[in-house]
Amino acid sequence: MSDAVATPPPAPIVTGGAKTASSGGDGIEGGIGGTALGDRIYGGIIWVFAICVPILLALIALEIFLAGWPALHKFGLSFLTSSDWDPVNGKFGAAPSIYGTLVSSAIALIISTPLAIGVSVFLSEFAPPWLRQPVAFFVDLLAAIPSVIYGLWGIFILIPALRLAIIPFLRDTLHLSVIPLFNGPNYGYSMLAAGLILAIMVLPYIASVSREVLLAVPRSQREAALALGATKWEMIWGAVLPYAKSGIIGGIILGLGRALGETMAVTMVIGNRPEIKASLFAPAYTMASVIANEFSEASGDLHLSALMAVGFVLFVITIVVNAIARWLVWEVSRGNKS
Amino acid sequence: MSDNLLRPSTAQKQFTAKAVQSLRKRKAINSLMVGLIIAAAVIATIPLIVITGYLLKFGAGSVKWHFFTNLPAPVGETGGGMSNAIIGTVILIGIASLFGLPIGIGAGLYLAEHKGTTLANTVRFLSDVLNGLPSIVMGIFAWEFLVRPVHHFSAWAGGVALGAMMIPMVARTTEEMVTIVPVSLREAALALGYARWRTSLTIVLRTASAGIVTGALVAIARIAGETAPLLFTALGNQFFSTSLNQPIAALPLQIFTYATSPYEDQNAQAWAGALVLIALIFLISLIARFATRGQFTGTGGD
Repeated sequence: MSDAVATPPPAPIVTGGAKTASSGGDGIEGGIGGTALGDRIYGGIIWVFAICVPILLALIALEIFLAGWPALHKFGLSFLTSSDWDPVNGKFGAAPSIYGTLVSSAIALIISTPLAIGVSVFLSEFAPPWLRQPVAFFVDLLAAIPSVIYGLWGIFILIPALRLAIIPFLRDTLHLSVIPLFNGPNYGYSMLAAGLILAIMVLPYIASVSREVLLAVPRSQREAALALGATKWEMIWGAVLPYAKSGIIGGIILGLGRALGETMAVTMVIGNRPEIKASLFAPAYTMASVIANEFSEASGDLHLSALMAVGFVLFVITIVVNAIARWLVWEVSRGNKS
Repeated sequence: MSDNLLRPSTAQKQFTAKAVQSLRKRKAINSLMVGLIIAAAVIATIPLIVITGYLLKFGAGSVKWHFFTNLPAPVGETGGGMSNAIIGTVILIGIASLFGLPIGIGAGLYLAEHKGTTLANTVRFLSDVLNGLPSIVMGIFAWEFLVRPVHHFSAWAGGVALGAMMIPMVARTTEEMVTIVPVSLREAALALGYARWRTSLTIVLRTASAGIVTGALVAIARIAGETAPLLFTALGNQFFSTSLNQPIAALPLQIFTYATSPYEDQNAQAWAGALVLIALIFLISLIARFATRGQFTGTGGD
């Protein structure tokens, strides 16, 4: 065994080749068993590393579930439906933060999906090659900016802009205040701020998936549409986008997964108030921000447990969303290969 | 006769008029939509320009020499720095890499060498799922698992939380990089009498190493700016500490604290910290790019 380990020189294969070949003959009888053992050890080690992933995921689920169990057990289903989040009186209903998470993510997707598809179509159908790389790089770089820096930018640039210009413009100049969504006091820190920040943050995720899917659409698909006399837009709408549809939807859901779990930037701009308000200008809460904001100052075991339970709900929601997204993207890539 | 042919009937005229009209409409829609698409492309690039613009505007003024050498100053005093946070971030990245890289690379090797098996498919799917796990969930998990039992915050807990976030990213890039190593290379090594494990480690892994290094650096760049997993684990520290058993400062945490602080001086420091953090991440990404470039010329030479 140790012979087999020692014989082949580990260094460059070119110089070692001849030596290994010549020593191969006499190494056989002792070599086979040793090789098998070495393989078994190596295989065992990487197997252990591989099962670390499922174990880690299971451990996360289990730990958080057990820690959240006291609150889940005490409040039952009303933990999800009650909008009474009152740490002082020991009442915990997660509905405001679940609502906030869903609405802020929805705002983000409504704003960023058309932009992301637009920029991807631009890159795959219009952009000259010299422009394609820099624009794609610019959009992708957005994904590299840490959440906390988005939050910093949100506090000092976006919030003042909302409070001084955007919200007064929407509410008073455009008279949108007739719609409850755009009515109410103006603090700057709001659901809208969170939605806007999230829109910027998920844009690169949706755009990069869409771009890849669009670039994978066969040329013949486009040529066929153009040959039938379609305009460029008709080609995109009728031949390119339908072909890429499920991949793009996968990208959108992937973006949704990001938006649902985003913590720091949202915590810094959403105003952190556990209320369900129709107005987008009102402060709100999300599941991630309630944890980030209250965890270190939790007022007791039940509060802590309630926050853990919120974490568990968030965990379950994002896992389902991500699983759907992965499945869609995989289906598309498998479909493209065959 | 030719006269008849040339003169269109009323029906033909109507048809042509309709066709022209509809073509005009179609062309108008086309120009409108093309305009919107180009507008979307322009708008999508604006946020990056705006954010980096403000970072430079507010950050550059506050990044002074003492920012790198001094500890955070007490409220009201100027001249504070983030030396402890910079060191802290480097230490946290170190722990994360020690924990996350071996597991990630090992799992990636398994995924590449056992393609198609149930376990590999499961692990691949779950690592994608893990990759989408909200960072705050990783944070409370690390608190529950590593902080609560020992009753104190520590650099360990923060580093391990970050490392756990690296595993799925590193595993997937490693798998991709190992998969694109030509089979002929593996066969050549096996034909020369190399054991499978030795082939994997010295031939395949080595050929793929540049790509794996890139993947590792990309993962490091991504966790370097993470804040949420550190909130309840590394906690942050106003003092200089390199002890792994103590709370430790980190740039993202310091930025968060100072950004939400009511003091203008601290806000300015937050911008400076953000600029330094972005510069650090950019530097790591740049090195990652160069590593890949080396690999491309390498495989091209083969």
